[in-house]
Amino acid sequence: MSALIPDFVPLWTLILVLGIFFYVLLDGFDLGVGILYGFAPDAASRGLLMNSIAPIWDGNETWLVLGGLALLAAFPLAFSILLPAVYFPVLVMLLALVFRGVAFEFRYKDVPHRTFWDHAFSYGSALATFSQGIVIGAYIQGFKIEGRQFAGSSLDCFTPFSLFTGVALLFGYGLLGAGWIILKTEGSLQEWARRQARRCLIGVLIAIGIVSVWTPLADPDIAHRWFAWPRIAFFSPVPLVTLLLAIWEWRSLGKSSAHAAPFLAAVGLFVLSYSGIAISLWPMIVPHRFTLWQAASSPGTQLFLLTGTLFLLPVILMYTSWSYWVFRGKVRADIGYH
Amino acid sequence: MSPSALILSRLQFAWVIAWHILLPAFTIGLASYIAVLEVLFFWRREKIYLTVSSFWTKIFAVSFGMGVVSGIVMPFLFGTNWSRFSDATANVLAPLFAYEGLMAFFLEAAFLGVLLFGRKLVPAWAHVLAALMVAGGTLLSAFWILAANSWMQTPAGFELVNGRFFPKDWLQIIFNPSFPYRLAHMVVASYITTALVVLGVAAFYLRRNRFLSESRLMMSMALGLLTILVPLQVLIGDLHGRNTLEYQPAKLAAIEARWTTASHVPLTLFALPDRQAAKNRYALDVPDLGSLILTHDRNGTVRGLEDWPRSEWPPVALPFFTFRIMVGIAVLMLILVVASWWLRARGRLYTARGFLRLCELASPLGFLAVLAGWITTEVGRQPWTVYGLLRTADSVSPSLTGTDVALSLAGYAVVYLIIYPVGIRHMYRTVQRGPSGETQPELIESGLSERPIQALPSATATDRETPP
Repeated sequence: MSALIPDFVPLWTLILVLGIFFYVLLDGFDLGVGILYGFAPDAASRGLLMNSIAPIWDGNETWLVLGGLALLAAFPLAFSILLPAVYFPVLVMLLALVFRGVAFEFRYKDVPHRTFWDHAFSYGSALATFSQGIVIGAYIQGFKIEGRQFAGSSLDCFTPFSLFTGVALLFGYGLLGAGWIILKTEGSLQEWARRQARRCLIGVLIAIGIVSVWTPLADPDIAHRWFAWPRIAFFSPVPLVTLLLAIWEWRSLGKSSAHAAPFLAAVGLFVLSYSGIAISLWPMIVPHRFTLWQAASSPGTQLFLLTGTLFLLPVILMYTSWSYWVFRGKVRADIGYH
Repeated sequence: MSPSALILSRLQFAWVIAWHILLPAFTIGLASYIAVLEVLFFWRREKIYLTVSSFWTKIFAVSFGMGVVSGIVMPFLFGTNWSRFSDATANVLAPLFAYEGLMAFFLEAAFLGVLLFGRKLVPAWAHVLAALMVAGGTLLSAFWILAANSWMQTPAGFELVNGRFFPKDWLQIIFNPSFPYRLAHMVVASYITTALVVLGVAAFYLRRNRFLSESRLMMSMALGLLTILVPLQVLIGDLHGRNTLEYQPAKLAAIEARWTTASHVPLTLFALPDRQAAKNRYALDVPDLGSLILTHDRNGTVRGLEDWPRSEWPPVALPFFTFRIMVGIAVLMLILVVASWWLRARGRLYTARGFLRLCELASPLGFLAVLAGWITTEVGRQPWTVYGLLRTADSVSPSLTGTDVALSLAGYAVVYLIIYPVGIRHMYRTVQRGPSGETQPELIESGLSERPIQALPSATATDRETPP
């Protein structure tokens, strides 16, 4: 790389990491609400659950497109290896998201088929989540590569580990979703969400435990990354803080005065799991094969897109925060939103 | 890579993008129409503009929502099925796609909500501004997507290193040789498509004696626009064709089914092109007209497919026929416009029942022309994804089998065949209800429904705006 052209890779890594995290967090809780929707006690609660995410879910989903495009533009090699490798999970995710997306509206408009659209919403949310979990699992395990292309089969991504991470993400998004419902509702529905959240939390903790044992055992690089001295000293707070957060989560779920804490603790658990994956993989963007720098697009490409992104992204973030502010507070059955 | 994975991947992309393009083709024009109505309402303060604008805003919300949902699929297809294309072209094309996504998100997030829900919440001028920004946003989306598409047709401003494209000059990349023509052709096509739908809906009401003043306004505006744009589109189409003759002569030879290079070439009105034998069967030719139209000179030389090796020939029959469908539809539109002026001069424009029926029948013509035109230009680009430089066969993901892609294609087929009919029926019902003065729109994509909780009458009462 010429000395005159600055290195944009760290900045693009930051944008990508933040973009994917925003997606996982934001669409995570509304997909989680969709998963729990299938278990909701009655029609009135289903209406409330849908209303609690209706004004914001589309903005949440747009981060998926921005994340995908950022990956393509900034790290095209990773994009062109990852996507064929997870062909079917991505297909199922997209179809499930399409179904789930139109279900929001058609549930109200297509009254004769309301049960169908209710199912489309909950199964669509669950399938999209399960597929994303498979993508994460397959990604951590790595892909068979020849030259600059994925060289395995489209079924390689279905492994015991990836199916396990798929189930794990169902509990994870379920926990986020339950936290969101606790934040946005009151009374018996909130009590119901607290019970669901505890179930999800147990699932999440078991999953985090198993993944933390499984990955270092299966992958010596990851074991070395975490356990070699002195790194273990830097990284050991990660599991400790995870444990503290889990305790906080469990306790706040039992306290009827805690409205925001369950959601915040769940977000905290996601931050830590996410950084755990980042620590395991850094600085590879295609595990075992290509670093961020090897997979990066040309500096001219990165600069051209950066110019507009640095202007547009902050505005989008401000607008997003503002729209959350507008729809703050509890959802109530007797007030329609405007 | 298996041959069936290649052909099925092409079919899958065609299936997904054909359904998707119907929505932008409509919403680009509709957003501008709504902006014009909003400006007129702001300026003249006549309630009729508000009524018509609010009515079309409801339809806009549904089609825009479906456009976003079906559009989410597109960038992922580049990765799943066309990973070698992505790897080779991302340095040049990805920022164009990303700018489309960013700007669409930016303008949608900031202004669509205001347009759809904000009439009571913001000052009148801000609402007009929001309508203008949404219209501008749809045009910007078209700008970036067509820049990327045109670059695939007429690549410029790059250097090729080890089979991958690297940017050299962004202005040349964006404003590549076919881009201005394609952008103009597509935007005008979108305006015409919308105008035909507005015209058809107006005729639908007039035939049933409903919403007479609103329908007359819609019909008059739509026909006024078509009077200017249909002839303009013929002119732009001619310029676009001459641009194709210069930069993609093999595509043009396929469109016109010209096998040998010659001067004084005829215009083949109809034929069954036989690619194997390299000749036309049952040809209906008009002497010299081909040279005259393509080169604006009846002695002009037009290159035939024999100038290229067979391995570089595009399919011939498909572009040949779809091009004729597109041009045939343009002729029908011209007849419609001329008939409308003839009736207007006799004062029977809004009452001639046969003409109103024709307008109803003509409402999907714009969509058909857009699809036919796209098939012409994209199939005519074959066998390349980046014209003359990267073959379609070298663009597909190497890991895919025919079964993989058959399964995914079946998935997209089933889902789209459920989603689209429901969405179209939903819009049709909105049309049946008509412009009743309600201003609360229906927003599929954000899930904000007209009446969030239908079971509760109190909610419906607060949602309706009292007419001013």
